[in-house]
Amino acid sequence: MSISQEDVEKVALLARLSIAQTDLPEVTERFGRVLQLVNELNTIDTEGVAPMSNPHDMVQRLRPDVVTGSDEREALMSCAPAQDQGYFLVPKVID
Amino acid sequence: MTWEVVMGLEVHLQLATRSKIFSGSSTQFGASPNVQADAVDLGMPGMLPVLNEEAVRFAVKFGLGIGARIGKRSIFDRKNYFYPDLPKGYQISQFFDPIVCEGVFEVPSSDGSLLPIRITRAHLEEDAGKSVHDIFSQESGIDLNRAGTPLLEIVTEPDFRNADQAVAYLKALHSLVTYLGISDGNMAEGSMRCDINISLREKGSETLGTRAEIKNVNSFRFVERAIYREVERQADILDSGGTITQETRLYDAERDETRSMRSKEVANDYRYFPEPDLLPIEIDQAYIDAVRDSLPELPAAKRARLVSEYQLGEYDAALLVPDHAAAAFFEEVARLSGAAKPAANWILGDLTGALNRADLTIEASPISAEALAGLIVRIEDGTLSSKLAKQVFEGLWQAEGTTDEIIAARGLKQVSDAGELEKWVDDVISANPNQLAQYLAADETKRKKLSGFFVGQIMKASQGQANPKLLNELLIKKLNNQS
Repeated sequence: MSISQEDVEKVALLARLSIAQTDLPEVTERFGRVLQLVNELNTIDTEGVAPMSNPHDMVQRLRPDVVTGSDEREALMSCAPAQDQGYFLVPKVID
Repeated sequence: MTWEVVMGLEVHLQLATRSKIFSGSSTQFGASPNVQADAVDLGMPGMLPVLNEEAVRFAVKFGLGIGARIGKRSIFDRKNYFYPDLPKGYQISQFFDPIVCEGVFEVPSSDGSLLPIRITRAHLEEDAGKSVHDIFSQESGIDLNRAGTPLLEIVTEPDFRNADQAVAYLKALHSLVTYLGISDGNMAEGSMRCDINISLREKGSETLGTRAEIKNVNSFRFVERAIYREVERQADILDSGGTITQETRLYDAERDETRSMRSKEVANDYRYFPEPDLLPIEIDQAYIDAVRDSLPELPAAKRARLVSEYQLGEYDAALLVPDHAAAAFFEEVARLSGAAKPAANWILGDLTGALNRADLTIEASPISAEALAGLIVRIEDGTLSSKLAKQVFEGLWQAEGTTDEIIAARGLKQVSDAGELEKWVDDVISANPNQLAQYLAADETKRKKLSGFFVGQIMKASQGQANPKLLNELLIKKLNNQS
């Protein structure tokens, strides 16, 4: 299975990656090589093998429902590029 | 063309855990922005989610409450999209193996019959933060206090054919989850938000039309309005030969219309994959049995019991049951007064009316169950007529004391003494010779009507204290003896 330049552009958009037009042919080619590897894996007969969701053969440990957090706003906001009145500020988004 | 409406609902239910689903931050509503968001909620590099056991238990409770199959091995997945209120760039959700699998929820409808709604699944996920658009002129503000609040997303099959059914389902669901204690059900605070998938098809057709999804409707009334408006919109398009675009819309309550959410259109490709930071959840039968044993009496069982145990009508039971607190209040009043039917009448009538006028819930009622029972006892033993009882009710509402104290203070005791009643009757008859003559000249049916005048006058003279039943008997006897 090969991948088109349009597919690569769509994936890049969904992942918010900016790829220069001049780089697109090379990225598409390398992307295709990764897919080739995946296609090779797809030829293995997995009939009757349960899908693996995690490589560790363990189940999730749960934590008790206890509030352990405290107000860390000042520290956590110190790395935000813009903030005001306790809010993170972002470019206007309205539906 | 006659169109049939086909709808499925997705409800996002905030679970009433104290801490978040993957972090130890508080879920308390109404805090200052971003004071309840830690490094996990903010998606800081290297942070790992740790699952809250109460969220799992609440999900299982819900599944058992609707008799659904519980997924014994369920898995979290990443749902990838970019939005400023989702700092990680993905939401941790469940896509392939949800914790609650197929079930059927029987919704009581207004005519007393049950409407079976197929539940496709219910899965655990994290809520996003909130975007605020009206504080800053140039930017949007982001508050991540809500980010990571546990949600149970409950998805139905396309089993709804009209707005009434959808609203009945949501009300029954609201009642169920508050009975289970898994959500506070506070819709104004966003604890229960509804997405409506809606399409039209030619009546009689088996294929589904193209659907639109109306996102995030947060009141029963808005769900009803949104459905009406969206059905109109789609019917207009189809009637004029157009086609429906599959898209996400929102309901604007101020303009009473649905409109397209352009920003969500490009992003409908979530590229789900198993969440590598969380291991599978395994639930064994012993756990399921223990949760099942802890379930409280649920609305359907309670309705049946109120009818059989207290001889209430289906109608009264259906009104009392949805609100857990109202049902408990009723049982307390019925137990203390020993008079179930009057208890139901007072709660559903005067008390509900007064609470609504004062905008209070029954939990905040100024009249306790004990106080209302005291009033009913005095009606049942003949101390109070229904008219006097209303005055005592007023006194109880104003916190003037117990029923007996109010009767004494306001002088409201019903008079059943024959001598006193006789005096009032004699006085009124002799003071109204014209009405007496009319009465005596009238035939049997008219007499009944005319006697009402005398009853009114005597009630006035006795300040409402005359026992109406005895008064009536005595009055008729006296009037008929006048000729």
